[in-house]
Amino acid sequence: MTLLDIQGLSVTIPSPAGPVQAVRRIDLNIAKGEIHGLIGESGCGKTMTGMALLGLAPAGAQVAARVFQFDGIDLAKSADALRGRRIALISQDPAAALNPVLTIGRQMDDVLRTHTLQPKADRTAAAVALLAATGLPDAAKLLKRYPHQLSGGMQQRVVIAQALATGADFLIADEPTTALDVTVGAQVLALLRQLVADRGLTVLMITHDMDVVAAVCDRATVLYAGLSVETGPASAILTRPRHPYTAALLAALPDAAPHGQRLAAIDGQVPASTKPISGCAFSPRCPAAMTLCHTVPPPARVRGDHRWACHVAEDAP
Amino acid sequence: MDLVRYTLRRVLLSAFVVVGVTFLVFVVAQVVPSDPAALYAGPRPTAEQIAKARVTLDLDAPLPQRFVRFATAMGTGDFGVSYKSRRLISQDLAVYLPATLELAIFSTLLALLLGIPTGVIAAARRGSWLDRLGSLGSILSVAMPTFFFAMLLQLIFSQWLGLLPLSGRLSQQISIADPLPFVTGFNLIDALMAARPAVFLDALSHLILPALTLAAYPAGIAMRLTRSAMIEILARRHIVAARALGLSAPRILFGHALPNAVGPALTVIGLSFAYALTGAVLVEIIFAWPGLGRYVSEAILSKDFPVIAAATLVVTLCYVVMNLVIDLTQTLVDPRVALT
Repeated sequence: MTLLDIQGLSVTIPSPAGPVQAVRRIDLNIAKGEIHGLIGESGCGKTMTGMALLGLAPAGAQVAARVFQFDGIDLAKSADALRGRRIALISQDPAAALNPVLTIGRQMDDVLRTHTLQPKADRTAAAVALLAATGLPDAAKLLKRYPHQLSGGMQQRVVIAQALATGADFLIADEPTTALDVTVGAQVLALLRQLVADRGLTVLMITHDMDVVAAVCDRATVLYAGLSVETGPASAILTRPRHPYTAALLAALPDAAPHGQRLAAIDGQVPASTKPISGCAFSPRCPAAMTLCHTVPPPARVRGDHRWACHVAEDAP
Repeated sequence: MDLVRYTLRRVLLSAFVVVGVTFLVFVVAQVVPSDPAALYAGPRPTAEQIAKARVTLDLDAPLPQRFVRFATAMGTGDFGVSYKSRRLISQDLAVYLPATLELAIFSTLLALLLGIPTGVIAAARRGSWLDRLGSLGSILSVAMPTFFFAMLLQLIFSQWLGLLPLSGRLSQQISIADPLPFVTGFNLIDALMAARPAVFLDALSHLILPALTLAAYPAGIAMRLTRSAMIEILARRHIVAARALGLSAPRILFGHALPNAVGPALTVIGLSFAYALTGAVLVEIIFAWPGLGRYVSEAILSKDFPVIAAATLVVTLCYVVMNLVIDLTQTLVDPRVALT
């Protein structure tokens, strides 16, 4: 069952240099219980998409979409009401996401107090239970500690516990492992997958890391320059990418290069977000681009539940 | 553990300051070109009277011995007598110090209540007319000369509106006809202890205008500091995270952002408390407030050294205690302070 249905989402932010198209046209379809990867390099609009879902786009930004629905509710109208109730955020850098001057207990309690009418003692018990559910040992003792007294992995577990405390069933995880050690990051991913299974959560996993997609995602959408260029089952995206950009991303992984050789890189730059795009956004950097690609927007191609937008890749490989 | 060690360190440091000031006060008394004996002996003294005063004041003893005697006297609260009035200084201080403290504490509270919330609201509504009004108010309150602001308040609230008394600490019907028993010297507290609510209100109404005058400057600065610190903090990720968790706007502003932003404003308000102890002469004169500032400035004009020394030490002590209170408050608000 579809939980999140977005078609043609755009976010335009006014700036002194003219309006910035942070998100141009993104389609996103996420089923209940799914971990959906949102893949792309810096500045492609991943985080801004997440913020738009939370109703936290910067002041003055214009958010528009043909369809913008969460569980049948129009997000354009109700993002503020859903934020922190059904949709919660797990941010990138847990050290920055926790308030440095408040104890863990206070920060957990503030969330619980916002969302429940329980008396203080029950809230404390609930906070301890949630912290323990994220795999934190000695959760009761943790309540009196401050964020700077915790390791990065523990901080991220606290952030996850806060998100669970809201009672939200849809989590937006914005690069939750980027600021962590690789091993700690893997533990956090395992925790998220377990929570999804145990609690029936749905996760939008914003990431630039294909290993994260491979580790936890059921499906994935690839973004380029504020456009969704390919979407499908994570395994298909990783092993049989259709869009040249996805293929180039995978080829640029360190593991993909033979030992001792230069790593593959994608030449050129992402198009400026202040300028309109003619034809396919990836065409200036695409090794397979034809004349047509520079002028005509690419057609949508569909094979089962795998979709992409490209002139060249009709059904290959 | 950090907090205990931090507190001990601050207390020790404060003790050093007090001892250092005692020493300085003594040294200055020796260096100043005036003859205490001549002053003590009264107007147009004979050589004989001066010699007698010299013996009474023990001015011929060696310096180290005199310092020890001076320091122990100060330490035990024996401040000696005024050269000018021959009154016991400790008796004078018992009247003037509570009057000044009452004013300084009340104005500090006013500065906190006026400066910090307006700064928070201005930052939250950045660029709105509320923000501009607040900025205008803070600039005016900082830029306007104290005496002018004081007279403006008197004109409006006392002369025109007749809401508040013009000057003094208590109405004359009370202070002359039916005086309060002197217990602490703080009129508000004494009135409460004597269970006389009418007197309490009378004392409070006398306190408002001078306290407001004194509070204007620190409140204005605290507003600016709080506003700029809040704007910086509100852009931090943990504030975005708190919003994403659905917390209410007031809770984010006052519960999450303010504790991160309030430090500089607290420091400024604390310093201005210390300043108000002796620096409020102008306010005390305009509002006929029998405070320490007037007492000390008169002593300075007549080179009444024991009074200056005693007042300096008492003010130092108040200042050091206040500083300690602020530092400890800041560690409670921001636990990272204790680590540095």
